[in-house]
This record gives sequence, structure tokens and C-alpha cells, in this order.
Amino acid sequence: MTPLQPMAEFPFYFFAFLTVLAAAGVVVNRNAVNAALCLLLSFMGMAALFVLLEAYFLAVLQVLVYAGAVAVLFLFVIMLFDVKGGDPRKPYQKVAAVSGLLALALLITGVLSLAKHSQLTAAAPVATTVVGSDLKDYGYLLFTKYLLPVEMTGFLLLIAMLGVAMLGRKQEKETGDRGDSLSESRVP
Amino acid sequence: MIFSLSSSIFHFPLALAVTSLPAEVGINHYLLLSALLFAIGFFGVLLRRNTLVVYLCLELMLSASTLAAVAFSRFNGTMDGNIFVFFIITVAAAEVAVGLAIIVALFRLRHTVQLEELTGLKY
Repeated sequence: MTPLQPMAEFPFYFFAFLTVLAAAGVVVNRNAVNAALCLLLSFMGMAALFVLLEAYFLAVLQVLVYAGAVAVLFLFVIMLFDVKGGDPRKPYQKVAAVSGLLALALLITGVLSLAKHSQLTAAAPVATTVVGSDLKDYGYLLFTKYLLPVEMTGFLLLIAMLGVAMLGRKQEKETGDRGDSLSESRVP
Repeated sequence: MIFSLSSSIFHFPLALAVTSLPAEVGINHYLLLSALLFAIGFFGVLLRRNTLVVYLCLELMLSASTLAAVAFSRFNGTMDGNIFVFFIITVAAAEVAVGLAIIVALFRLRHTVQLEELTGLKY
């Protein structure tokens, strides 16, 4: 139960700072393409934090799925829409103030509950298994304890694929009346 | 009296959180970072009016929650949190695909992605 090694401090603060800065960039960037690129940077920082937490497989998965697929899909759709330079309207100070206040209240509530009710201050990192046998643990757990969730996830992916193919279908009367085409698109 | 006053000042949550952090990086650091990222994503969801950017911020919130799960799993020495994150990443990929398909269909129908112009359900 001894801590393996002192957790590295400088990499944690570096990547935490990078992740938070990139996340703030997602929110404040008025250009949607820049926001998506900031999100990609934030996902990369989070993958580095997963490495620091010794979840190497999840770090690889984060880079492959989130940074590789999700962010690229977002970029593809943003460029498909060709939205010019973000919002054409003036910045909205009242909405910004109210939403900033709400977000700050959420953060303070979380921090307060963490500080008041957590019994985790003395939690030292528990020694994990040998580095590299990680993937074997995943395989073992996925096919024994979590077999039903695996099946359900596979079914969910199938349904999602069918749904996307259904939603992305070209409609026949595209340029006709706009009101009815939503109800028409439901008919197979 | 003075002591109680000063201790009540130090019960301000942020000050308490900062002073209660140990020197080396522990689970509380990761949880604080996760809460901060979640709050930033929440701020973006409330603030932005482009549907795509709102969706980006939602992804940010989801990703922040996975960071907390991985940290709990690491500091408890179990694999279950990592497995949950594995499933969350899988479901998030499917969710992004479906959500973006819906947004594309919406854009085809209404030719806008600005939230204040999409008031079909409001009246």
C-alpha cells in the first residue's frame, strides 16, 4: 500500500494548465473552427493526464476516438456549413454575466462538497498491477464481468449507425415546402 | 471570538480547497481539475448560441467527467472506473455521430444553426 513513486508534479500542472486554457479557448473563441481546434488540444491534454494516471490504454483511446474521430467530425461539419466568422451579433453581456455566475456557483458547490464531505485527503495512490498487463485486465473484465454492457454497447453502435444513415438520407422534395419535409423524413 | 471569525473566513470554499491541498499531486487535484473543466463546459453551454459550439462544450463536460472517473479508479487501485470510461468513450462516439447528423438535418431544413432562430418549439 505504499505509493509507488511520488506523482510527478510538473507534468501534472503543465498539462492541467494546457487543458484548462484550451477549454477556455473553446468557450471564448468566436470562430467555430478555432473552437474545434481548441477542443482537440484540450483532448490531447486530457490524454496526457490519463497517462499520468497510468491509464495508458484510455489515453490511446482518447487520442484515437476523441481527437481522431470526434474532433475531425466536428471540423468536417463546421466546414460543411461554412459559418462565417462566428456570431454576427454583438457580444451579449447580460447572458455572459448570468451564465458566468451560474458556472461559478456550480464550481463553488463542487469544490465545497469536495472540501467538506470528502474523506479522500489521505488517499495515497494504491499500487497497481504491472505496467503493460493493463490491456489483459481490460479484456478479462470486458468478457466476464461486463459482458452484458459490451453486448448492449455493440447494439447501441448498430442503432446509431442505422440512425445516422437514416438522418443523413437525401430527401426527395428538398427544395419544396419546408414545413412538411421533417415529417416526410420519418417515413422509410 | 477572533478565532471563530478567522476560521469562518477560511471556510470560504476556494480558500479552503487551496489550503487543504497537499504538496504532492493527489486525487483532489484531479477532482478539482475535473470540476473546473466541467464548469467551463457548462459556462460555454449557457453562453454560446451556435449549436455546434454548444455541442463542443457538451463534449468538454463529458470528457471532464471521465477524468474524474479515471482518477477515482487510479487512486482506488481498481479497474472498474477505467472500464466505465471505456464505455463512456464508446457511447460518446455514437452520440456525436447521431447529434451531428441531427444538426446537419436541421441545417438542411432551416438553413441556420443559431439557437435564437430555432424557435419552433417555443410557441
